[in-house]
Amino acid sequence: MFKWLHPYAKPETVYHLCGRLMPWLMGAALLLLLLGNIWGLAFTPPDYQQGDSYRIIHLHVPSAIMSMGTYSAMAIAAFIALVWQVKVAQWSVLAIAPIGAVYTAIALITGMAWGKPMWGTWWVWDARLTSELILLFLYLGVIALSGAFSDRQTGAKVASLLAVVGVINLPIIHFSVEWWNTLHQGASITKFAKPSIDPSMLWPLLINILAFKILMLALLCVRLRTAILVNEQHRPWVKALAGD
Amino acid sequence: MHFQSWAEFWAMGGYGLFVWLSFGSSYVMLAVLAWYSHYQHKQFKRQLSAKLDREKRIKQYQEQAQ
Repeated sequence: MFKWLHPYAKPETVYHLCGRLMPWLMGAALLLLLLGNIWGLAFTPPDYQQGDSYRIIHLHVPSAIMSMGTYSAMAIAAFIALVWQVKVAQWSVLAIAPIGAVYTAIALITGMAWGKPMWGTWWVWDARLTSELILLFLYLGVIALSGAFSDRQTGAKVASLLAVVGVINLPIIHFSVEWWNTLHQGASITKFAKPSIDPSMLWPLLINILAFKILMLALLCVRLRTAILVNEQHRPWVKALAGD
Repeated sequence: MHFQSWAEFWAMGGYGLFVWLSFGSSYVMLAVLAWYSHYQHKQFKRQLSAKLDREKRIKQYQEQAQ
């Protein structure tokens, strides 16, 4: 398997692979987002308790799930970068962090806009909300640390370390609604039980989750390509690429 | 279609402000991120080819001077 995987650690291969995949991923993400959002906004019945305000779920849940998914991906890349010193993994950490930060910000802002009409307040220091806010700070910490050293390599290493240590926050976010008595409602979809949400609302939601996932990959492709060029700018293949 | 008219759609059963605030701010943030990522890529490519051009010109000039 490692023999098969190894060429994919080569920056030039990754650069071209990302370039080929990016338009497809971006197109698929936009189509799915459009489909899921329009379906969720206009073609599903309102919630029996929350009326039409629940439609925020179609951005809130996908962004919240993917804010954690993106963090796991970043932490795995950081771990690979620290242990096996794979350069592409190192650059992916810094390429993916802003995407995760934006997803987390979306989850927080849509959550606030949902909380105001339903709970009567924009913000409470509830376990779920606080741990998600810490996730945003972890992302911002990774971004800030990577730029805080005059040596790019040192900065990237320290940022990766923070990314790996910060994984502890993921189970805290996930289980916060079970461990503590929170204002935030429990999970509506889990892998282990029948979802407590009606299928007519579940389908557009699943499409939106998929859209956020693919959008993350598409944006990662764009950002990783830039990172590869920046770090490999003295190599002949980059010079040949930029020369013509 | 769940809503009877466009006006009803925009009103979102009285929750219009919150729903459209969520969707608006999310799309703006995603659009800025996507645009900025593309812009950074283009910008770096431009800078790099300008730098390579400059190096080539300097080299040519040095060869001429000899």
